[in-house]
Amino acid sequence: MSNKRTFSYTVPYILWLVLFVVAPVVLLIVQSFGNIYGHFTLDNYATYFSSGTYLRMTFNSVFFAFIVTVITLLISYPMAYIMSRLKNAQFWLLLVILPTWVNLLLKAYAFIGLFSKTGTVNNFLSFIGIGPHQIMFTDTSFMIVAAYIEIPFMIMPIFNSLVELDRSLINAARDLGATPWQTLTKVIIPMSMSGVKAGIQAVFIPTLSLFMITRLIGGNRVITLGTAIEEHFLVTQNWGMGSTIGVILIIAMAATMFFTRDRKKKGGRRRG
Amino acid sequence: MKRLAWLTGIILAVVALLFGINVALQKSAESGLKTGSNKTLTIYNWGDYVDPSLIKKFQKETGYKVDYETFDSNEAMYTKIKQGGTHYDLAVPSDYMIQKMKKAHMLVKLDHGKLTGLNNYDKRFMNQPFDRGNQYSVPYFWGTLGIVYNDKYVKAGDIKTWNDLWNPKYKNSIMLIDSSRDIMGMTLASSGESVNTKSIPELAAAKGKLDTLMPNVKAIVADEIKMYMAQDEAALAVDYSGDAAEMIAENSHLHYVVPSDGGNLWFDNIVMPKTVKNKPAAYAFLNFMSQPENAAKNAEYVGYATPNKAGKALLPKSIRDDKQWYPAEKTLSHLEVYQDLGPYWVGQYNDYFLEFKMTNR
Repeated sequence: MSNKRTFSYTVPYILWLVLFVVAPVVLLIVQSFGNIYGHFTLDNYATYFSSGTYLRMTFNSVFFAFIVTVITLLISYPMAYIMSRLKNAQFWLLLVILPTWVNLLLKAYAFIGLFSKTGTVNNFLSFIGIGPHQIMFTDTSFMIVAAYIEIPFMIMPIFNSLVELDRSLINAARDLGATPWQTLTKVIIPMSMSGVKAGIQAVFIPTLSLFMITRLIGGNRVITLGTAIEEHFLVTQNWGMGSTIGVILIIAMAATMFFTRDRKKKGGRRRG
Repeated sequence: MKRLAWLTGIILAVVALLFGINVALQKSAESGLKTGSNKTLTIYNWGDYVDPSLIKKFQKETGYKVDYETFDSNEAMYTKIKQGGTHYDLAVPSDYMIQKMKKAHMLVKLDHGKLTGLNNYDKRFMNQPFDRGNQYSVPYFWGTLGIVYNDKYVKAGDIKTWNDLWNPKYKNSIMLIDSSRDIMGMTLASSGESVNTKSIPELAAAKGKLDTLMPNVKAIVADEIKMYMAQDEAALAVDYSGDAAEMIAENSHLHYVVPSDGGNLWFDNIVMPKTVKNKPAAYAFLNFMSQPENAAKNAEYVGYATPNKAGKALLPKSIRDDKQWYPAEKTLSHLEVYQDLGPYWVGQYNDYFLEFKMTNR
């Protein structure tokens, strides 16, 4: 009876997973072995790994995703730490989450208004006598906007792990003579590592394939794999090649998940 | 658990019900067609590409009800019609796409006996390579690929040919439209090659030439190019005449030049896809749009160049004689219409363009 019960509970979820997770991934993998004429081929993968263009693009994607992740982490950790110590922590968290309710495109257009030649930032720079500068379509502007968009997804998990952190452990560290710096590096940071890892996963992976921003803000001067996928699906209609890049992105994501997985749990299980 | 099961059951029941209603509706619509009571004309067109008052006029004159649906790229339109389930009576693809749809047997031959206004069209825009004898399509609008410049930064007369873009004084000041066919085509035209070339050496050479343009390129953007140019973000842009007309409407410092050394001449023609359900209404609309006064009204609203010669004559002189939209015969004679190159060559153009985009400054 109880087995039956758990089974009927899981049916909707299994159905959901099969329909919206497993089936699309299988379709993507199948597509990636097809050429423009729909025949089975390994050419797409061969093209990918033999063409300097795609490899350079992959390197670019990883490089930019890495920098953006580092920037967001550097901003988010102190911010999450301060927020977790504040009185109305939930309220501040709400303020951080609020921008995610606004559509990505709207935010990108808002940045165009700020960064463009006649935009707010350049007006200010000219006002204080050091402008105007070319801000749009540079690597810097792309990284700023990408980091801005990703910051909430980094703060949330770090904030949660810091809030769950047992205050008495910090007090104990102080009582035992640790300096504030030692408390931070030896107690707080290691204890909140799971949040940091979750944050890295939530930021690094989407940034790998960010494509609207590369065009709108980066003016296609920053090319990531997302750009190539978009082009293969919409312009050349070479779905095979587009899917191949998609599969490679999935593999890259799996690798990221693997390297940032929670190793502590494993130990816990062994102990248990 | 029971509640969950109930909920799932209810959702499934609702889905089944909706599906049933859908099937019933489709059946009744089909039987309606058979008895000839169908008064709807479904048009599949680009967004904001017809004067709404003309649709109203058409409905009033003929009694048909127009259902106007829009697409934003030829490829999207192609996929949607090909996948079926739609019942578009008329669609407005561009030149190369007409060729592609023709090859895929997605078009219905037009019965010229039922078309009354064909004589109104300019002979120069009929009988194009993508549809010889206009067996499948009637011209709707036409235009060019050219250069938009801002007279605050560029002197009038400095830009006459594509090669002028390579001038080092325009460092970091050109915006390109994000389209492999157009940018590769413009480079090919600048070297005197065909924009439809199927030669790897020519394409490779064009890509090499394009790489040398990179220091001048500020950005490669899509539709946003209109907004950027209207905001004075860049001095020059390579774009279609249609986009240019929209930019100029917003910023009077902008001007449009059709380079004299060749390039692309494009057409958007009306076709009747295989999904047509209401042929009489479709012919009525084709004839309605070829009436000179309607074509002129539409051209004034949309801002593109009309292929309707009698209609053009009705346009105000300032529009009719504007070399930006109606270039001189000599310039026009150098322009080429895109042909459908097939998936392999489209892929080649795109790969070279992608490589160009990867070039560092």
